[in-house]
Amino acid sequence: MYATTYHRPASLAEASALLANADEAKILAGGMTLLPTMKNRLAAPSDLVDVGRLAELAGVSLAGDTLTIGAATKHYEVAGSATVKGAIPALAKLAGGIGDPQVRHMGTIGGSISNNDPAADYPAGLVGLGATVTTSKRTLAAEDFFAGLFSTVLDAGEIVTKVSFPVPAKAAYAKFPNPASRYAMAGVMVVKARDGSVRVAVTGAGGNGVFRWHAAEAALAASFSAAALDGLSVDAGDLMSDIHGSSEYRANLVKVMTQRAVAAAG
Amino acid sequence: MGVEGIGARVQRKEDKRFITGKGRYTDDFKMAGMGHAHFVRSPHAHAKVRSIDTSAAEAMPGVIAVLNGTQLVADKVGNLICGWMIHSKDGTPMRMGAWRAMEPEQVRFVGQAVAVVIAETKNQARDAAEAVVVDYDELPVVVTTADALAAGAPQLHPEAPGNLIYDWHIGDEAATAAAFGKAANVVEMDIFNNRLVPNPMEPRAALASWDESEDHYTLYTTSQNPHVARLVLSAFYNIAPEHKLRVIAPDVGGGFGSKIYIYPEEMVCLWASKRIGRPVKWNCDRTEAFLTDAHGRDHVSKARMAFDADHKLLGLQVSTVANIGAYMSLFSSCVPTYLYATLLSGQYNIPAIYAEVKAVYTNTVPVDAYRGAGRPEATYLLERMMETSARQLGISPAELRRRNFITQFPHQTPVIMCYDNGNYGAHLDAAEAAADVAGFPARKAEAARRGKLRGLGYSCYIEACGIAPSAAVGSLGAGVGLWESAEVRVNPVGTIEILTGSHSHGQGHETTFAQLVSERLGVGVDQVQIVHGDTDKVQFGMGTYGSRSGAVGMSALLKALEKVESKARKIAAHLMEAAEGDIVIENGELKVAGTDKKLPFANVALAAYTAHNLPAGMEPGLKEGAFYDPQNFTFPSGTYIAEVEIDPATGKTEVVNFTAVDDFGRIINPMIVEGQVHGGIAQGIGQALIEGTSYSDNGQLLTASYMDYGMPRADDVPSFGIHHTTTLCLTNPLGMKGCGEAGAIGSPPAVINAITDAIGASIEMPATPQRVWAAINGGMRAAAE
Repeated sequence: MYATTYHRPASLAEASALLANADEAKILAGGMTLLPTMKNRLAAPSDLVDVGRLAELAGVSLAGDTLTIGAATKHYEVAGSATVKGAIPALAKLAGGIGDPQVRHMGTIGGSISNNDPAADYPAGLVGLGATVTTSKRTLAAEDFFAGLFSTVLDAGEIVTKVSFPVPAKAAYAKFPNPASRYAMAGVMVVKARDGSVRVAVTGAGGNGVFRWHAAEAALAASFSAAALDGLSVDAGDLMSDIHGSSEYRANLVKVMTQRAVAAAG
Repeated sequence: MGVEGIGARVQRKEDKRFITGKGRYTDDFKMAGMGHAHFVRSPHAHAKVRSIDTSAAEAMPGVIAVLNGTQLVADKVGNLICGWMIHSKDGTPMRMGAWRAMEPEQVRFVGQAVAVVIAETKNQARDAAEAVVVDYDELPVVVTTADALAAGAPQLHPEAPGNLIYDWHIGDEAATAAAFGKAANVVEMDIFNNRLVPNPMEPRAALASWDESEDHYTLYTTSQNPHVARLVLSAFYNIAPEHKLRVIAPDVGGGFGSKIYIYPEEMVCLWASKRIGRPVKWNCDRTEAFLTDAHGRDHVSKARMAFDADHKLLGLQVSTVANIGAYMSLFSSCVPTYLYATLLSGQYNIPAIYAEVKAVYTNTVPVDAYRGAGRPEATYLLERMMETSARQLGISPAELRRRNFITQFPHQTPVIMCYDNGNYGAHLDAAEAAADVAGFPARKAEAARRGKLRGLGYSCYIEACGIAPSAAVGSLGAGVGLWESAEVRVNPVGTIEILTGSHSHGQGHETTFAQLVSERLGVGVDQVQIVHGDTDKVQFGMGTYGSRSGAVGMSALLKALEKVESKARKIAAHLMEAAEGDIVIENGELKVAGTDKKLPFANVALAAYTAHNLPAGMEPGLKEGAFYDPQNFTFPSGTYIAEVEIDPATGKTEVVNFTAVDDFGRIINPMIVEGQVHGGIAQGIGQALIEGTSYSDNGQLLTASYMDYGMPRADDVPSFGIHHTTTLCLTNPLGMKGCGEAGAIGSPPAVINAITDAIGASIEMPATPQRVWAAINGGMRAAAE
């Protein structure tokens, strides 16, 4: 690791000021991606601004039909939260399947979506559930937040503060893990909203990060059953290919995981 | 004898310090003035080194020295050696290219060291290493075993034309050809054994120092055999004379073979410590471990089996190409020859065997012994062949094996080995019962109702352990003898120190060696201290690998104990005015048989040291040493049965049941043996399902971290059913055969045989979900066509 200067601001305002005044600052939350990257000398921020303990980024709450999760909420908190489990059990299950116990006890929802690893689970969760992301500057739809591999629309110094989810009629997340890393090779969030619309969001497989499988959404809106997808297939040409899985294999996994998520959603 | 003797499940004495974080590993040792080393490594798989500019690095903060191969050569540091000479079919010696600890002229694999920076802190060393400018001229690269021998392939070493190190053979070619001539059935297969990375929990490390006042060196290092390291560093690498070098291998966090060898980094630290006049510490990080720890396996084979009309084996022909990597590591030459092809008879009566092995250079990490070392490759080949043959011949896999088992002992195979004892049918029967093979069809049908494919696979393995009779291995080309030593030091108060040349890096010797003492003398294991891993404390010993520490190391200990017991009996007889022949040792006491006369062992020890009243002419003291050279290898064997369930939609394999029935001969501590088998099977399932390296065409190791290299985790393996049958080894005094490698040797073919049974198609290791899915769908397409 290259030398860096660590800051632990007491407020969001102080965090923003630190970020504005540093050369090449990075926001640190759980550090589950950033710190290994720094240890391998693949990142060299001049300053680290630790937002992981900010009160403004904490907490899980349910108001009406909206579940709100503070950006610094750790995966294990989401997985174990009675509020989340009551409102959107699929989201609790997704969080409980991220990484391993060490990662779940350090990693945060805000950190995960800001990093936007194309094989991370939360991007599928947010896009599938039609979530809204609030930052230190603005509020935007999750679909507008993610912008390709390891990329978001966040400006320099902009901090994710919370994520809000409309409570769906039903939802389920199914993932097939990479046998080595255990990241998703295909992770699919299938959601039937209270207005009857269906969203299918896929992580781990897309050539450009999380994506919606619109054909599956249409088929499921007509008939919410695994069999409704039998005749469909994902275009392998749009998918990732690596030593663990060809794009053809991933296309198969996307369909299989989608069908299993539909079955699990009931 | 006693609750802590042979056969007792004594809890491991060493575990308290390990599980409370009090173990002392190489990195835990610190020395005043210690500098930290960081190596500059080649980013290219094959390149000429045009120049190395260290001037900028030398000016960096905290830098003590920047050294490279030029200075190493100038100081006459020797090239790395290979300790086993193999001769080709034509009688010519193996063709070995030069390997320097830091390469000044031509790098041959990604990660090869070209320079080292030593600085006040680790981070400063790493900073400065980035400032070392190496100008490379890239050369064409060859990565795969198949490509290495191709006409026009890039050439690695001028000493080895065509990248061929040796073209070796064993067995009777004419007799084997004749056997195939009269065969009723011949089964042929191509077999690939995937390249593995050892991944011990503790990466390699070194702390080297030089004491100017005595011109004496000390090296703390992660070694499975510190005396061998000292010998090689002095006699061959010319860094320090043997009597002026202390090698300490303290607690070592796993080895699996990868810590047998003396690597460039440890050599350089020792050499540099004198050159800069300060201690040098080096810690391997995990990426460096992937790039520089000797890899394992990597065989490509063609095999043919000949059967008569009764499905009896007539002959076996094998042709193997072994990928040795870019350089010949310390024992790399013997792994694909004498540790591999000599086991090709397996548990079977095969009248004629002929095997050819070509070893080749490629631009990859050097390959050497990894848990099992040659024997997993032999077992995988043979057991894939037997299972596949049974299916092709229309006979059950168990029946084909039973029909061909060796049942008379001793049994001389056509490939050197002479098996002393075994009962192969016994462990096959036990395994079939324990695995409930009879209930398998019902389980398969039930799985099918859930849309899953179930399969059952066998593996009947044999291995050669207790390595090894010195004269025999010497005649086959080994540069060392493979005996072991022990010394028993009884203290005046009766407590006991055991100095052993074996080295424990996970095996639990501090417990099992103490149990043998407890068995013989009747003292508690807490009265016994096991001393190992320090060349200044322990007499010369050969170290731990090849499942040898029980069969060879404990045999040496037994010999030394017998000498102590003999002297103690003489003293006791003298003190109790009895005949020596009437003295028995029981429960920590020396008793006169048939009387109530007795003396505690501690009193006899004290008498030996006070020397006030010893038999006439007897020397004071109670300390004896012994060297034990085995008469033969030992031959552990067993039957493993794997049951898998496959999700055809994803290709994911779950090992749902795994039954192991091993014959290890005498078992000292069943709990420790079970642990060894658990770990071995986990590694074997890892090899079968997810482990394996992948190189890009230009020689970059794509699987150089746990993001891409599939290490098995707890939920990748089932709860194992571990059982034993016992026939004693007849060639060592305790009847022990060894258990350290069996799990890794026996399990891969069982798992792959189960998968091929489930999907009805062939598959290579690792059988990743993608591969299984492709095999199933390829099979479906083939059936549809």
